[in-house]
This record gives sequence, structure tokens and C-alpha cells, in this order.
Amino acid sequence: MDITRRGFLHLSGAVGSGIALSTLGINLKPTRAYADELNKMNRVKAAKQVTTICCYCSVGCGLVCSVDKMTGKIFNIEGDADHPINEGSLCAKGAGFFDLTEANKHRLTKVLYRAPMSDKWEEKDWDWTLKRIARLVKDTRDAGFVKTNAKGEVVNRCETIGHLGSSNVDNEECWLMSVKCRALGLVYIDHQARV
Amino acid sequence: MTNHYCDIKNSDCILIMGSNAAEHHPIAFKWILRARELNGAKIIHVDPRYTRTSARCDYHVPLRSGTDIAFLGGMIHYIIENNKYFKDYVVNYTNAPFIVGPDFNFQDGLFSGYDPEKRKYNKDTWVLEKDDAGIPKRDMTLSDPRCVFQMLKAHYSRYTLDKVSSITGVSKENLLKVYSEYSATGVPDKAGTECYALGWTHHTVGSQNIRTMAIIQLLLGNMGIAGGGINALRGEPNVQGSTDHCILYGNLPGYLKMHVASLDTLEKYLHKYTPESKDPQSANYYSNYPKFHVSFLKSMFDDKATAENEFGYPWLPKLDDGVAYSLMHLFDKMYEGKVKGLFSVANDPAVSSPNAGKVRKALEKLDWLVGENIFNNETYEFWRGPGVDPKKIKTEVFLLPASATMEKEGSQSNSGRWVQWKYKAAEAPGDAIPVGEMTLKIMDAVKELYAKEGGVHPEPILNLKWDYTDSKGRFDALKVSKQINGYFLQDTVIEDKAKGTTTTFKKGQLVPTFGNLQADGSTSSGNWIMAGSFTADGENKMMKRGKEDPTGLGLFPNWSFAWPVNRRVIYNRASCDIYGKPYNPKRKLLEWVGDKWVGDVPDGPWPPMADKEKGKYPFIMKTDGVGALFGPGMVEGPFPEHYEPLEGPLTKNPMSSQLINPAIEIFKGELDKVANASEKYPYVCTTYSCTEHWCSGALTRWQAWLLEAMPELYIEIGDLLAKEKGIQNGQRVKVSSIRGSVECVAMVTKRFTPFQVEGKTVHQVGLPFNYGWLFPKDGGDSTNLLTPTVGDANTFCPEYKAFMVNVERA
Amino acid sequence: MKTEFVKLIDTTLCTACRGCQVACKQWNEMPGLRTKQWGSYQNPPDLQWNTWTLIRFQEYAPKEGDFKWLFRKDGCMHCTDAACVKVCPSGALYHTEYGTVGLHHEKCIGCKYCISACPFDVPRYDRATDKVYKCDLCYTRLQGDQQPACVKSCPTGALTIGPKDAMIKKAYARVKELGGDANVYGDKFVGGTHVIYVLGEKAEVYEGLPKNPSVPVTTVLWKDILKPLSLLAAGGVVAGSFLHYIIHGPKLPDEDQGQDTKGGE
Repeated sequence: MDITRRGFLHLSGAVGSGIALSTLGINLKPTRAYADELNKMNRVKAAKQVTTICCYCSVGCGLVCSVDKMTGKIFNIEGDADHPINEGSLCAKGAGFFDLTEANKHRLTKVLYRAPMSDKWEEKDWDWTLKRIARLVKDTRDAGFVKTNAKGEVVNRCETIGHLGSSNVDNEECWLMSVKCRALGLVYIDHQARV
Repeated sequence: MTNHYCDIKNSDCILIMGSNAAEHHPIAFKWILRARELNGAKIIHVDPRYTRTSARCDYHVPLRSGTDIAFLGGMIHYIIENNKYFKDYVVNYTNAPFIVGPDFNFQDGLFSGYDPEKRKYNKDTWVLEKDDAGIPKRDMTLSDPRCVFQMLKAHYSRYTLDKVSSITGVSKENLLKVYSEYSATGVPDKAGTECYALGWTHHTVGSQNIRTMAIIQLLLGNMGIAGGGINALRGEPNVQGSTDHCILYGNLPGYLKMHVASLDTLEKYLHKYTPESKDPQSANYYSNYPKFHVSFLKSMFDDKATAENEFGYPWLPKLDDGVAYSLMHLFDKMYEGKVKGLFSVANDPAVSSPNAGKVRKALEKLDWLVGENIFNNETYEFWRGPGVDPKKIKTEVFLLPASATMEKEGSQSNSGRWVQWKYKAAEAPGDAIPVGEMTLKIMDAVKELYAKEGGVHPEPILNLKWDYTDSKGRFDALKVSKQINGYFLQDTVIEDKAKGTTTTFKKGQLVPTFGNLQADGSTSSGNWIMAGSFTADGENKMMKRGKEDPTGLGLFPNWSFAWPVNRRVIYNRASCDIYGKPYNPKRKLLEWVGDKWVGDVPDGPWPPMADKEKGKYPFIMKTDGVGALFGPGMVEGPFPEHYEPLEGPLTKNPMSSQLINPAIEIFKGELDKVANASEKYPYVCTTYSCTEHWCSGALTRWQAWLLEAMPELYIEIGDLLAKEKGIQNGQRVKVSSIRGSVECVAMVTKRFTPFQVEGKTVHQVGLPFNYGWLFPKDGGDSTNLLTPTVGDANTFCPEYKAFMVNVERA
Repeated sequence: MKTEFVKLIDTTLCTACRGCQVACKQWNEMPGLRTKQWGSYQNPPDLQWNTWTLIRFQEYAPKEGDFKWLFRKDGCMHCTDAACVKVCPSGALYHTEYGTVGLHHEKCIGCKYCISACPFDVPRYDRATDKVYKCDLCYTRLQGDQQPACVKSCPTGALTIGPKDAMIKKAYARVKELGGDANVYGDKFVGGTHVIYVLGEKAEVYEGLPKNPSVPVTTVLWKDILKPLSLLAAGGVVAGSFLHYIIHGPKLPDEDQGQDTKGGE
């Protein structure tokens, strides 16, 4: 990644204050933001700038995340002035990109599990979860696997598991899913490209 | 997109139809307005509703939802009748001169070969004649009554101004205004572009909407040129990439065909999908199909895939011939109880799928559901949705916390095919991990079980190459990315006959272009169109941030990587005449200079087609090398024809006796009700998004800034209809279709005006599809409770854009 | 004074994408509050203590000519002759070195005189913090040689900023290019504003835009005569009420705006 001098200057005035991570709550005390303003330039000069690409429509606008080197947390996100498509600008969704970070209190942070007939979620760890999912996948696949179709042609497929998604993840993740589905023999494979 | 976002600035006339660009692609609109600033470009918006896009266009032309083919068919008629087509281009670069087979015909809305029982065509008569040498016959004067041009002319002569106006509800004056403005680009030094989005795809005739425009663009010589093309403004951040990698039932990565039951050997499969051309001037690039396909199998199974075992072909699943397995088919089978498990990754089908009421019922039949996302949504929590008693739902549900986009490394492809690298800015919160890591770990656990216990048909699982983690066991995007690009699996000498050179690549080097892929198992490539995203030595071109723009056309060849082979405008050889001179010297995309092309990366190195010995036609991916005005690949006919939506206001199609698309599949489940031209549901309805939300709203409804700007579900209703119904602005109303209903707030507006259709007044209303019951609690539920289970005949894109409703005060 | 800046809002280029509205909140760390759909795209319905820049949507069907959907970004106009600065008893509101109007929140005593005095109805009061809020044209960004957040986010060039003379020149050139009823709004009153509009229609067409804004006579009276006295009197509430009464009569500014709902859920 190479952020030019020009890009950096565009960024440099663009950084949130010391209480950036509390921005989304009603209990925010904006007066503190003003008191902290003197630190803003210092914070941006000290911050790590990391580029990313917007995750909404497919125009592919560039954004820059300013990351506090002490905490490793993102404290401001705005348009990448060097990006040839958006030239630093953003729409309402892009301008609010920061609200996708962990600053948003609605983010999922634990595996949630809902048991049959239960009316609530419970938290689980990854180890248990992966083993349980793998067990269900294998049992479902083995029980419903179709070796030949009505005409007697060999088809080797699993019609009892569907896979939906996603155009909202990276290429590398898409490719892994596409390949995973074929290895499992799935045929009900679809995602947002159709809807 | 055949072109790309920055290229829109090169246009002289921009037709926005099937898109609300200013609202859904606000930054694309930057480039649309720049065309006006730089070239004085005209900007036209054709859309049922006056939107934020219309507000910034030169003019807005309202048309009734679902009548785009009639509108565009009238434009084809206008272009031909008024000699507005670009003759040099049409003769040389399209199949206009080709001769259509003698048994092909069209009568009363049906092409030859229709089987009403199966609702399918036998396409045997949809052929172009060939001479004894197997080369397509041509009449370069375009006068033979059976030549494509004359057949096209005859077909669209039926789309008269009166007829089109009566179907679409567009005034004749407005039709002529758009037709004359847009067809003025049918000259060498002008470019017209079309921007579409879901407004075209979300119809039972979606693919043909786009094809009708493709015909117009070919007639006007607007394909392959700067500022031209057909540009899908796609709706999701990586929907281009996810489509390229084909997380779709019918294709394998790189748009390779999915295997089907009748093709039981690799040889039969490759024979069927490798096209043949006898014409020496046709590059017929897909003749390389076996190289792409075998390299894909090698990427999956590595050294387990050998020539002896057909590179693992028998291990992979086969679809039944002619059967579709789309999202709608999946939920149909799920509703019947035949699907037991579902992965729902970064999506929300309980809100976004058509006939969502049926979808929610179907989910109740599942044994297990795995959700992967950054926020909760209505799909993952279906077991306690409206009217659902959790105690009666057996489904085991897993909701896995995912890293957000800026918390992981990887690439995303925009709809201009730019594949851009993203960097990880911060750690994800709590136990969240990237979706890619979940995929790896779930499959690792499955592999372990099969290794330990055995099981049914274990080969594809056990033989799958699956080593994409770093030293800490975490998802390594770069490793996957290189696998997608592809490797030389043994030392290979590549000979370039044209240049008379040879290059040696070592085993383990990356394949620098798909031209180097082999069909003998000596190369791998997870997706052939991405071959070349790395150099042989491993430089990641997707990371490039060079801002040079040598042509001044905004190609930015050193910014990221564009597939294929960094070509920025597809079919770019068609921007030059048959001698390789640019049609428009002011916007020189490409030029044949001496013995090579200069400018964009050309569609192949061959000389222009005037060189009868070495020259090639410009449309190298087409078997015949030219653009297809006659397109037999479509399931409902080689020429697009107007049919009414599945659910519409008319009982008779003004064009023919075929009311609806004859080739669509009709779902017949108990919840698949339809109410055409019903007094109970008298208003045409369409659905859409808004700038402040995204798709189902599953990401944006959780964000206070965006929710504040667009807080809850609304219906836009014209002031005349509102007055008729006694509905005041801001009042709560109930919107119903035969399938379901939603309550929402009425937004009474002058931006919807009634249409005069076949002598009667037809009102249209519209709702956004961004809301769901889970959050915010008082924000309204999914608009898809109203929409029908039906899709485009070719693609199964659901018909979200035209169906019938009633509106009453709540 | 450093270079005097002017922000130009060209309403004829605005697509109402509301990038500016959200970018302002992101930079200034203002929360989003729960709103209701009230039959309009315009939300929040008005400027609020947490909403310093707002896109106004207006359907306009002239007797002659085509229907239009007008978009206007509303917010502080940064007057040269700023009534708010004149009436502010605590020195919270002040002129910056760029000619814009800044706001020292720590000095604000919540007296609300500025709300009554502003000819554009811009400042907003928040009861929870007992402070007044408004746009400061991203003062710290200007200090850092940066565009305000709204300007940077704008995709279409509807928002631009630059030295005063150049921007006024640009505005008039644009109006000439547009022809018709297009006009420049802002440079000719209250000493010239530091936010000016290119309007596509006559100013009176736009809801909430005063045709001839001016500093109230009573404000001048206040600044020169009463303010020194009120500062002597402890607080200023009594004097403030008096001021408000002489300007607007007995109505008080709406204090409950945006207070009755919880944010974010």
C-alpha cells in the first residue's frame, strides 16, 4: 500500500477525536470532543493509515481507516483522496463506514447457538461449534446422497443441503465457498447475484 | 460492465434505464455528471418513478414497469427506419449480414420450435446458414430478406410509436425525444452508454431487456468504444467477484459450465462446451476451454487429479440436464421438506427472497441452519419471527460472528472488473473471524470426520486441496489468491509463435496469463479469468496504486488489476475500423500502429480484420467473432419480444396472444398464488432500495446514522391515486398482494404519475425492500412478503419489479 | 485573518445522496437518533443539536414548466455580520481566522440567545448537555489544511470550498452558465455569508430560506447596550428572556427536539 503525500494531507485533517469509539451512543458528551480537538492532528500524524474498499454497491470506492497505534483500534474512516474512482468522496453509506467497526454495539462477537425447540440463543465456543456443524453436514450428506438420477445416470450429488451467499465477502472467500460446495456435492448453490 | 466507472465520462449520451444511479451508485453518478461537464453529454432517465437520478438528468421519462422491451423495440424500429445505424460497424462487426436458416420463423409471439407442455423451445431451427466450408454465409449488402438485418427490421417493424406508447404508457413525444437523442450516437465520433441495474434484471424478461439494449448498442456502434458499452451497475461490493467465482448452481469458477448428468465423461463434457469455428478469421477464444477447465480441476485436487482419473471429473456432482437449482427452487424444495440443512452466508433471504412468507415457512422445515455474518438478521432468527412459536421449531441454528470487511485482507471486484486489494486495519471484535476462515475450519472438520469414519462418496472431500492457512492456522487470503491465479505444476516452456520466442517457467511459478494454461494437467488455475492477477514471480497486481493515465480516457492501467488480462474496455478492437484506425480519433482507445496495437490491452494480439491472412474479427469470445444481433443462446428467442409481467394490469398482450414470457417456469406450490388483472389488486407495484440502506438492510438498519435518515418502511404513492383513496401524506397504510401484506407509511408524491395503457389509467406505486421485522422493531417488515415466486427465463432473477397490489388506509 | 474561506453549495449538482449529512456526523461524532418516517425523504425533519447539516427535499411543481425535486443542504451560513456572535454573552460563539463562526462548547452557557437571533434558524439546543450546537465548518480540519467533512464527501462537486473571492466568482460564472432563474444567494447580505448557494430557482421558492435575511435591529441594540449590562447581572437568563421577547415574542425555542427518543435502537 502506498499512500502519497497528497493523500496523506487529505487524510490528515480527517481524524476523529480521543473519544471516537463512543460516537454511537446517546450518552456521548460532545463537549469533550471539542476539548480534545487539539489532539486531533497529533493523533492523525501518529496513526497508521490503512486502505480498504467500500462494502456496499459495486463501484469500488476507496476508503482510508486511521488506526491508533497504541490501541490498534480504528478511530476514523473516510474517503481515499487518491482513489481514481471516488477521489475521496463517499455517499451516505460510505461516509458512515465507521459504524461497521466494533464501535457498533450490535456487532456479533460470540458464536450463538439455538437448540431445537428453544426460545433463546446461547453462547458457544468455536471448537464445539465446528465439531457439531461438521457432524450435521456429514450425517445429512451421507443420509441423502444421490448417486444416480431417475434416468440411472451417475450424478453423485447432495440435494439435502443448500448454500446461499455471498457477494458481500472477498474473492478469496468466494472461491473457497464455491469449491467447498462442489467438493461436498451440493447443487442448490446460489447467492445475491440472482436476487 | 463492458466498460468501467471512470469511462462513463467519455460518453456523449447516457441512457439510465433500469437503474437509479444517483441513489444506488452515487459515485457512478459523479462520472455521469462529469460527462456532461466535459462533453455536454445528455443524460436521460427512463424509469416508472421520478427519483434523485431524474432530478439531475436532462429529462425523465416515466414508463410502466415491465415494458422496457417494448420501449427499446420501438427504438430499434426508429434506428433502422431512420437510417441511424452505424453501417460500417453493423456490416463488419455484427451478424447482421448472416443468413438465418429457412425453418426459423416467428408467429403471434412465438418463435419456431415451442413446446407448450414443457414451456420450452427446441432451438434446432434457430440457426445461421453455413457454406460448404462450414463458414457462415453473409450478404454484405444486408438486403437478403433472410439476412439477420432484414429479419430484425421485420421483427421490430411491429413496434410502432402508437403500439409502444399504448403498452408502456410513455407519450409519443417522449418516445421520439429519447429515440432521436440516443440514436444520434450512431456516428463514428459519438459514444452512447447505457447504465442499468436491478431495474432490468428483476423481470421475467430481464435478460432480454439487456439483450434488446445490446442490439441497439451494436446497431449504433457503441460496443467496445470509450464512453460506450452496456454497463451493469451491480449492487453488491463483490457481486462481480462472487459471480466470477460462480457460487451459482449452473457454473464453475470462470463461467465454466457446471457438469450435467448426460455428460458422464470429461471427454464428452469438453467436446460439448468447446466451440468450433471453421472461419479462419474467427479467434474463437473459447476453443481454449479444455485448458481452463482442466486447470480448474487441478486447482481443486492438485496431484490427486490425473489424466487417468479424468482430473477428478467423476468426483464432482452432476446436475440433471435442463433442471434449475436456483434460490427459488431451493426454497420450493425446502418448503416440501426435502432440504435438511442450509448455509446462509452474509445474506438475509428471509427478507430478500421473493414471496418471503413462503421462504420463512420453508426455513421451519430445516434440521439445521448455519448463519455467518457481522450482525444478526431475520433469517437467523426465523424461529421467533412474527407468528412463529419457537417451541414448535426443531431447527438447530448456529450464528457465527464474522469479521467486517476492514478487519480482513483480500480482494474485491467492482462491476468495472477492477479487482482491488483490501488490507486489514484492525482485529475483529471478540470471537469473530473472516468468513474464509469459517469455510476452511468447517471443511477441515468435515474432512477429519470422513478420514476417520469413511462415508458416502468421500473422494472429492478427502482429495480436496485445502491448505490455505498461515503458520498460525489462520485464513491466508494471499495463498488462496495465488491458487485462484494458478501455478505451473511442472517446468514449462512456452513458445510464442507470433514473436518467435520461448520462455521457460519453473514449477511453482505463478501463471502470468491464461494464455499459458494447459489442458494436460501441467498448470492449475482456480479461475482462469483471474490468471495474470499475479506476475510469474508473485507480484500482486491487485495491490497496484499507480495513477498514470496515458490515454487520458481514465483507463488507469496501473491501478489494481482488471480481468481479463488488465483489459479495461472489453471488445475494444471494435473501437477501430477494419484497418485498425480508431473510429473516433478524439477518444483513441486503441490503434493498430505498425505491427501492434497501442492503447488499452487489446482483445488479442492479432492484426485488425482487413488483414485476411492473420487478422481476426473483434468479438473474440463469440464463436463467429462478431456481435450477435441474432442471439439463439437465449431461451425465449433470438430476438427479444415484449411479454407482460407474470402479474400485470392487462388480460391481453397488445403485441401477441402470448400474455407472459412463454419460457418462464411456473411455480405451482400452495403459496405461489398469482392475481393477474384482478380488481382486488389493481395497482402496479415495484420495489427498490434507497441511498441510505443497502439491500435487505441487514447491515444498514443496525447503523444509527443511516437509520436516522431513512427510519422505516414507506410506500411512494402518486398524489392523484392518494386523493382517490383518501390517503394523506404520512398516514399508515396497508399494502397487500394475493400473497401477503405489509403496513407502512404513505409518502404521497408527485413523482409517481399514472400511465395511460391500452386506453385505461394504470397507477403504479413502489416500496423499498430495506426493512425487516427484527430491527428496528417499529420499522416495518419485508416488502418481499408481497412479491411472487417467479424468475427470468434464462437466469431466474426474481420479478421484484412488476407485480400487483392494493393499498388501503391502515 | 488568514485566507477567508467560502463554501459554495451548488444545488443544481446535488443528488441528495446525503454523504455530507452522514460525513458530518462521523467527523463530529454526533449520534444518530431514532426518527419516524413522516412522508418525506428529509430526516431528521429539521436541523437538530446532533444534525448540523441536513439535506432538505422539496417537491416543486411550478405553474409553468416541468416538475422539479429540489435538494438544499441546510446548515450554518457563517455570516460576516453574525447575529449569534453579537448576542452570545459568554464568548462561546466567535469569528475564526477564516471568517467562519466557531463555537467554544466549553464556554457555552446554554442561554439560547443565538437561537433567537439567527436569521437562518440554525443553532440548536440540547437539554442533556445544556449546550447549543451548530456547524463550525470543520474548524480543526481547516486548521489542518483540509476540506470540511461535508465537502470532502460530496461526490458530484455540489460542495466546494476555497478563497472567498474565487468562490464568489465561481458561483456567478455557474449562474451565468445555468441561466434562467439561477442565482447566487449569500454574498449580498449580513455582511456576506461564508456559505453561499447557487440556487436553481428563485430564493423564495425554497422552503425555510429567508429571502432577505438580516441581523435583527434588536440584536444590534442588544450588542451595544444591553449585553454589557446582562454580563453584570449574574447568569443572563432574565436578560435572555427579555431579549427573546423583544425579538420573537413570548415563544421559546423548542427544547424537546430530538430528546424524546433513544438513539440507536
